[in-house]
Amino acid sequence: MPALHDGGVRPAAVTARGWGWRHAGRTKPAVHALDLEIRPGERVLLLGPSGAGKSTLLHALAGVLGDSDAGASSAGGSSADDAGTPDAGTRASDDADESGELLIDGAPPRSRRGRAGLMQQDPETQVVLSRLGDDVAFGAENLSVPRDEIWRRVHEALEDVGLAHLPLNHPTSSLSGGQKQRLALAGILAMRPGLILLDEPTANLDPAGVLEVRDAVGRCLDKTGATLVVVEHRVAAWKDLVDRIVVLQPGSAADGAVLIDGTPDEVLEQARGMLTAAGVWVPGYVPETRRRSSAGVPPSSGHNTGQLLLAAEKLAVSRERFRRRGFRSVPPEPVLRDVTVQVRAGEALTVTGPNGVGKSTFALTLAGLLPPVAGKVSATIELSGGAGIDPYKWRAEQLIARIGTVFQEPEHQFVTGRVLDELQFGPRHLGHGEERVDELLERLRLTHLVDANPYTLSGGEKRRLSVATVLAAHPQVLVLDEPTFGQDANTWAELASFLSELLDAGTAVVSVTHDEEFTHVLGGTELRLGPGLGINAPRPAEPTSEQTVT
Amino acid sequence: MREALTLAGNRSVLTRANPLAKFAAVFLVTLVLALSIDWMSASVALVCELLVFPLAGLTFSLLWQRGWPLILAAAVGGWSTSILSPDSGRILLDVGLWSMSEGSLQLGLAFLLRGLAIALPAVLLMSCTDPTDLADALAQKARLPHRFVLGTLAAMRLVGLMAEEWQTIGMARRARGVGSRGNPWQRMRATLGQSFGLLVQAIRRATRLAVTMEARGFGGASRTWARVSTYSVLDVWVVLGGVLIAAGAVAAALWAGTWNMVWLQGS
Repeated sequence: MPALHDGGVRPAAVTARGWGWRHAGRTKPAVHALDLEIRPGERVLLLGPSGAGKSTLLHALAGVLGDSDAGASSAGGSSADDAGTPDAGTRASDDADESGELLIDGAPPRSRRGRAGLMQQDPETQVVLSRLGDDVAFGAENLSVPRDEIWRRVHEALEDVGLAHLPLNHPTSSLSGGQKQRLALAGILAMRPGLILLDEPTANLDPAGVLEVRDAVGRCLDKTGATLVVVEHRVAAWKDLVDRIVVLQPGSAADGAVLIDGTPDEVLEQARGMLTAAGVWVPGYVPETRRRSSAGVPPSSGHNTGQLLLAAEKLAVSRERFRRRGFRSVPPEPVLRDVTVQVRAGEALTVTGPNGVGKSTFALTLAGLLPPVAGKVSATIELSGGAGIDPYKWRAEQLIARIGTVFQEPEHQFVTGRVLDELQFGPRHLGHGEERVDELLERLRLTHLVDANPYTLSGGEKRRLSVATVLAAHPQVLVLDEPTFGQDANTWAELASFLSELLDAGTAVVSVTHDEEFTHVLGGTELRLGPGLGINAPRPAEPTSEQTVT
Repeated sequence: MREALTLAGNRSVLTRANPLAKFAAVFLVTLVLALSIDWMSASVALVCELLVFPLAGLTFSLLWQRGWPLILAAAVGGWSTSILSPDSGRILLDVGLWSMSEGSLQLGLAFLLRGLAIALPAVLLMSCTDPTDLADALAQKARLPHRFVLGTLAAMRLVGLMAEEWQTIGMARRARGVGSRGNPWQRMRATLGQSFGLLVQAIRRATRLAVTMEARGFGGASRTWARVSTYSVLDVWVVLGGVLIAAGAVAAALWAGTWNMVWLQGS
């Protein structure tokens, strides 16, 4: 390893004095009266409910919050889930507004280009260039680091994040989510920042990916001594890595922005009740959920009792379509083959397995949204009601009344501009079932939002809405793709309870998930998928091993 | 789409040439072919291009896979020209309105060959040029503004993602009961809705990517380059090759007396 050269890291200090920020077009500030002092080398975990301005603070420290007139365009979109939501409906026409001061090493962040490095949540947008080495070099290039020094840093950074085994021209598009986030970390390290800012870096990752990224961050901090500010809902993963937890509260007129500030143990002890109430995943806390009432049928008992609705037989799946090669049509290479499984009324089926194994693709094929590459999906007459055996061939209206699919990203499924229209959309198309809408609004606590635009809701609200809209069509089979990803503990518990109710009412629930707690609450059968094969294995399953499929 | 952005496994000689040199060579050949419609210059250029093919790591099957729409278009163009152009010489085929004579067949053949000879260099250029290298050359050698060039390069990555996103949104909407099947009016409405969904996601993604780039110091007045775009002896050969093919095509056509300037037609 090269000796510490002139680019050695000097940890940065952060100072906020009465700092506040209001996004352009919003009436309430995202952050109000923040007083915070972070010493060089400190590692801080930022917690707080949705709308407490955590993302806004991180963006400001990264110097990307824009000038007072460009704020919303640079940060409003990306932090909409967090910073912008509570007052999204009320729009003022004026510009963004900053008050007080926020300083890195005594100077405004925007004048300190390269002192702070920011990692965001969506791995796809953390990669800039298409070759591994180029992507790491990108930040250093922008800081006008000399060429030889850049490549020295690239090699060192890739070593630090554990990606040195890949060639420098490795295509970044073929990396897994966890690898993309580690690549982003390498790109940040190559800038030699004194302050590392992580905005929910592991919210979109599977458990193996979370540890992968967390450990890489830990190693790099130990080595460079840089200051860390991380926003993350899952406290357990980050608790031992940080030495301070700061809890923020939503901007209000009277109080300051900091609610609690102390060592992890102190804060978790003192504020446990408050944090769990706010939906924070406090270590060792599993939210209370409704139990299955039909617990009389133990999931492992082996004999299936529910009515058979849907079956996959020797199914091979792929997202790719049949491809044209000149005049020939070539079937795609399946990501997964030979999966045989049955879906029964009132029973849960959980699909698990490592990232990239094709779980979502399998679920989408089962749900009649993708054509099988080989094998078949067949609906029994109880489900199809005469619409035909193959769900993929059903018309859209036929499909939604039989199999409902909730996508991982709720926004993909929004088709109107108002929550109420969104819920009535399915029933209107079917011509019946509108009476169910009110019940769903009530049950999923969306009644106060009926007139809001779906895109402006918070992450948890969007998730609840997307489940409600699909259920409004009254399907007998519900398929969910990673329903608990990135959700706070409250939404998690609501969702799990609600699904267990549905199960008791006779709906079949198929969920693709990494969430073991969630799997446990729903019970039923677990389908563990491995690369290239499918086995319908009964629960309980062994712990997930880290595996990437290329 | 995403694979198209890297030259997976292609280690041929021409991948090492500077993109600008390759551009210059292709430009020369295309320019000469655009000047004249005759079968001689087109066939000479075409034969030379086919000889260069292995240097770009292309095989005939790869060429067919990537370039079949162009090849098909050239064939259709040649066929219709030979049927529809005014007859001269012996009549070879006469079916009502359609007739093919020696003269029109020759013109059609010239059209076909010219179409192929102009299209192939483009396929060739695409197959052996990495977009990142092209961006480096454009910013460092052609002195285009780096913010523009790198911004475009980063955006191209998102284009691939958008293709996947389009598929996902299509499925997500079907799961809401919006059919993409049915009569043309319904299909058009479904496509419009899906486009709106994609637009929203594209803006979200682009905004986040812009934040990522800005947070990595992008947007300053000056920057250094980790990869240097250089010219080498190879580039001299590449340009020379372009000159030779172009000159050879013109010379052969002049010698054969078929040189036929486009704007002198009919005069």
